[in-house]
Amino acid sequence: MSQEIKSKRSGLWLWLPLALFAGFFVLVMTGLLSPADRNVASTMIGKPLPQFDLRPAVPDRPGIATAQLADGKPRLLNVFASWCIPCIAEAPQLEAWARQGVPIDGIAIRDRTEDVQRFLSANGNPYKRIGADDLSAVQLSIGSSGVPETFVIDGKGIIRHQHIGDIRAEDIPKLIEKLREAGQ
Amino acid sequence: MIAELGLACLWMAGALALLQLVSGALALTSRGRELAGIVRPVAVAQGLLCGVAFICLIALFLRTDLSVKLIATNSHSLKPFIYKLAGTWGNHEGSMLLWVTVMALAGAFIAAVERRLRDDTMLATLAGQAFVSIGFYAFLLLSSNPFERLAEPVPEGQGLNPLLQDIGLAFHPPTLYLGYVGLSIAFSFAIGALVTSDVGPAFARAMRPWVLGAWIFLTVGITAGSYWAYYELGWGGWWFWDPVENASLMPWLAATALLHSSSVLATRNALRAWTVMLAVVAFSMSMIGTFLVRSGILTSVHAFAVDPERGSFILALLVIYIGGALVLFAIRARTITEGARFAVTSRESALVVNNVMLSAILGIVLLGTLYPLLTEAFGEKVSVGPPYFDPVGAIFFIPMLLAMGVGPLLHWRNDRLGRITGKIAIPALLIGAVLLGLALFAPSLFTPSFKLLPFIGMGLAVGLAVASVMPLIGRNLRRTPLPTWGMVVAHLGIAVSLFGVATDSAFSTEKLVASRVGQSHVVGPWTITLKNVEPIAGPNWTALEATMAASYDGGKPKIVAPQARNFTSPPTVTSESALLTRWNGQLYAVLGEEADDGRWQLRLWWKPFVPMIWYGGLLIGLGGLLSLIGRVARDMKRSRAEEKIADRRERQGR
Amino acid sequence: MTRLLLLLMALVMAAPLPAQDLLPPAPYAYKQLDDPAQEAKARALMETLRCLKCQSQAISDSDAPMAGDMRHQVRSRIAAGEEPEEIRQWLVERYGDYVSYTPQLRAMTWPLFAAPLVFLGVAALLLRRRFRKTRGAVK
Repeated sequence: MSQEIKSKRSGLWLWLPLALFAGFFVLVMTGLLSPADRNVASTMIGKPLPQFDLRPAVPDRPGIATAQLADGKPRLLNVFASWCIPCIAEAPQLEAWARQGVPIDGIAIRDRTEDVQRFLSANGNPYKRIGADDLSAVQLSIGSSGVPETFVIDGKGIIRHQHIGDIRAEDIPKLIEKLREAGQ
Repeated sequence: MIAELGLACLWMAGALALLQLVSGALALTSRGRELAGIVRPVAVAQGLLCGVAFICLIALFLRTDLSVKLIATNSHSLKPFIYKLAGTWGNHEGSMLLWVTVMALAGAFIAAVERRLRDDTMLATLAGQAFVSIGFYAFLLLSSNPFERLAEPVPEGQGLNPLLQDIGLAFHPPTLYLGYVGLSIAFSFAIGALVTSDVGPAFARAMRPWVLGAWIFLTVGITAGSYWAYYELGWGGWWFWDPVENASLMPWLAATALLHSSSVLATRNALRAWTVMLAVVAFSMSMIGTFLVRSGILTSVHAFAVDPERGSFILALLVIYIGGALVLFAIRARTITEGARFAVTSRESALVVNNVMLSAILGIVLLGTLYPLLTEAFGEKVSVGPPYFDPVGAIFFIPMLLAMGVGPLLHWRNDRLGRITGKIAIPALLIGAVLLGLALFAPSLFTPSFKLLPFIGMGLAVGLAVASVMPLIGRNLRRTPLPTWGMVVAHLGIAVSLFGVATDSAFSTEKLVASRVGQSHVVGPWTITLKNVEPIAGPNWTALEATMAASYDGGKPKIVAPQARNFTSPPTVTSESALLTRWNGQLYAVLGEEADDGRWQLRLWWKPFVPMIWYGGLLIGLGGLLSLIGRVARDMKRSRAEEKIADRRERQGR
Repeated sequence: MTRLLLLLMALVMAAPLPAQDLLPPAPYAYKQLDDPAQEAKARALMETLRCLKCQSQAISDSDAPMAGDMRHQVRSRIAAGEEPEEIRQWLVERYGDYVSYTPQLRAMTWPLFAAPLVFLGVAALLLRRRFRKTRGAVK
């Protein structure tokens, strides 16, 4: 016959699973309460733009080389594509800024010349320069993970801010402020 | 009409569940004792009503009743019959109803048939089961009503996701649910045993068939899901440590530990606290998995029904059930007396090692799956994937495999390693021989980088395969009990699976080519010639099909025909890979896009022994099935014998 | 012939797919390197890099154009002589730890590395307690 002995089980160990579950609960609540942010942000903020030299995406605008973006004036660098639907939504805002004199350059991701031309004639062309990034190489090198995204570049060619997604009314003040900071 | 009937039955079942809980709980007190008589019939009625509700939902889907919101959003009149049927559970509400139905039917079965437990334990168990069901009934009826009607019936449904129009995937969810829900029965038994402080062999014997059954379904479900991912996703991967996959693996790990542990408790009256704890953990993992998958807090390829509001509801249920059970455990565990003692070298101790290792792997998987959530709370994003899970899992998996090889050879209670050295020597020598052979004849394992895990895996797999059949040596095979065969087959299945995993990682060859029609390519021992690419059509899709002639080692060519399919409703493109299976592996062919110069992008793999992964999985399930049949048969024989004895006593007037 | 035409028409008029670019995939997106050793290194690296636009896939398992572009980067850099770890660091510099499935040992991730050790320790403790109790009690 097997012997059975009453054993005093350590009280603390018994509450450990419950404590772990409480930890799990807290963790998961913070996950549920904070909105799910599926965007991957660039970690190049504060670092200089990498060296690149993109061919012109359309005949009537020059291409982009990094040196040209460090000419002393802060600017917006807009990553877009003709096949990107939210880019259409932000086009009027970019037009408005271009008319106010904000320098805006564009990088067209994985686009044919005729498609970029079609997009620009339908939605306006706020860009001073448009580079064609056929292999997403420049997009990867600046830490952009999708379209549309807008970067604030200061006069020395340092990336100062990244805005992910199309520019909506509520995003305008922040972008203007970052642009102003970059000018100082 | 049918929808209203279904909803009415669901409400009634929910009400009965409430009655079951109240009467079961009260019947445990001295004043409510008269209520004890109604608990079992109520449980049976609850199960039947819920079953009717589910049949109603199936009927609605089969008839494509477009006045019901669920059918309008998830089905389509042109879908083939089998996928209309599978569409019943291929959505959030339907799958929740399936969950509740299986729980209710299982509870009904236990109430009708289980007689081995003490009366009060049985009542507590049924009350516990009702307690768990009520939360899900509330979730269904208040937040996810499957029978909701539309104000106006729509002319056509929105169709089912074409990725789900696949026979493997049509049956993958219900097998998993049967597994998860079966674990809820184990949970109810554990609650019952804790409440009445009756954690002993009777509890384990009553619970064991349910754990085995649930575990078999989980094993088959995970295996099927893995095979589906393998042939559907088009890149030959079969496990990605994706959060949804982990959500199904964690209950399986806990259930494996539980099933070993409950066997020990049933036969040797040891490992009491482990068993009851694991029973709570296993179902907790099912619920946590359900929550993680449906709440949308984790990024996953498989994520469906992402809805934080529903997620919060499930979280509330989690807190009540798991929190409640863990509190109960902490309070009552002191009263769980220690069971029979056993020595360091004994089968029990090998099983303890097994339990500890499985729990550690469970902990690692849980931590790794939740870790990105933790860092996001601090504002940073990290990714935890195969490069973490594979090696860290292996740290605990390898000792567990060694225990699996040695344990079945040891005696219960007390043994010496010296006694079995002869038996262990053979597998050990085999492992050494395989490793040496690989070192000499498989340089690809060592350059450019050392593939350590596949290397060890292949050696271990061969050794374990032999070790797993060792318990049969020297026995009269016709008189070996079925559970022993089950153990041998299941352990053999693990070895087979491990072999497939290791050889696939070690020796898979990949070829990506841009091919013209008529061109030939070599991948491994195969020569593939692209014959033709042409458009074809199916019941609800159009596709481009590539016909390729594949010849193994210069032999007679066979045709492989991968497709790139276009579905219209909803618009999706899927790639249907073509597989050619031999005894020693699979040729895997995928058709990509056409390049501007008219060449077709082809992806070809030769994967040696890869089907063993899933054959092994099925073997594991088969082992479980043999064990289950053996135990149930033995239990029935025993109960019939007890009846006869009781009968005889009555007749003799004792 | 009519059937073929109808099929082709059906293909052409199929419902528009979600917005995707029209350019062909990058050269090395679906093309292997000529040197098998380099291709093996590239493949091992690609299996541990995360696709930024997919829900949860490695770039070696994804048909997304951006994943193809990332594969192109990996393969062309390996062909140019870069080491896999350099390429990983290049990506981590731009996207943070998210892009690498291999967790790097940092202040944020040390529990992941400590966990197996802790579990091993707890396992050893549990087993030692269990067996110290039973030693000598069973003969």
